Amino acid sequence: MATVRLSFSPAPVHVRTARLVGVAVARRAGVREDLLDEVRLAIGEACTRAVALHRQYHVPDPVLVEMSDAGSYSVRVVDRAPIEASIGLTALDADQLANESLDEDDLTTGVGFALLAGFVEDLQVRPVDEGVGTEVRMVWPVGR
Amino acid sequence: MELSLATRAVGEHTVLEVGGEVDVYTAPRLRERLLELIDGGARHVVVDLGRVDFLDSTGLGVLVGALKRLRSAGGSFALVCDKEPLLKIFRITALDQVFPLYPTVDAAIGADPTGAGV
Repeated sequence: MATVRLSFSPAPVHVRTARLVGVAVARRAGVREDLLDEVRLAIGEACTRAVALHRQYHVPDPVLVEMSDAGSYSVRVVDRAPIEASIGLTALDADQLANESLDEDDLTTGVGFALLAGFVEDLQVRPVDEGVGTEVRMVWPVGR
Repeated sequence: MELSLATRAVGEHTVLEVGGEVDVYTAPRLRERLLELIDGGARHVVVDLGRVDFLDSTGLGVLVGALKRLRSAGGSFALVCDKEPLLKIFRITALDQVFPLYPTVDAAIGADPTGAGV
């Protein structure tokens, strides 16, 4: 079993780094090549959500990304924002998306969740075990 | 890959060619460029995603913002995309029902319901 941990200051510029590391570890773990685009997108969405929450609530703590290949490839993205874990986790339908009154931030949040739910079969969003924050846990099968 | 943006005029249409990665870091530049175009008088905008390697929810939010802004100004907005991974993103988010999507720039301009095609 291998574990890779990455923590980064909650700034948009670092989300790309998290995506690159996440895909590199996924490839090394044996995730099928045709799933890697989805891994990249899902890790990016989870990190984008975490960064947005840290900035919204002025939380300077780093965002944690932990990747593990124990039997499958699992990725945990942990934020420290003081909110209910379920907030913002609603996919929007086409009418809502096109609604003039929906602002861009809310639209991005809804679309981000739709992408997470659509691309990750094994997805859990739950409060962290200790302290405040949310853990987004994503699991993909490995081909070995 | 960094974001690249290039604009060209085709008749009454403004075609914005986007390349590279559109994410939470680069999407603000795409938003700025689209606002510049619209504020500068562009009313029929086609965004060509043919060279985009990565597109996330932030980028999609910017595109929806431009669509709404142009529609409220009586203009038109279309996307050009023929890559299956990107098309899947539009399907999963239901945004394929919001955006006019075309496989080529010519198809997007030719199909413009406002009659601004060339």
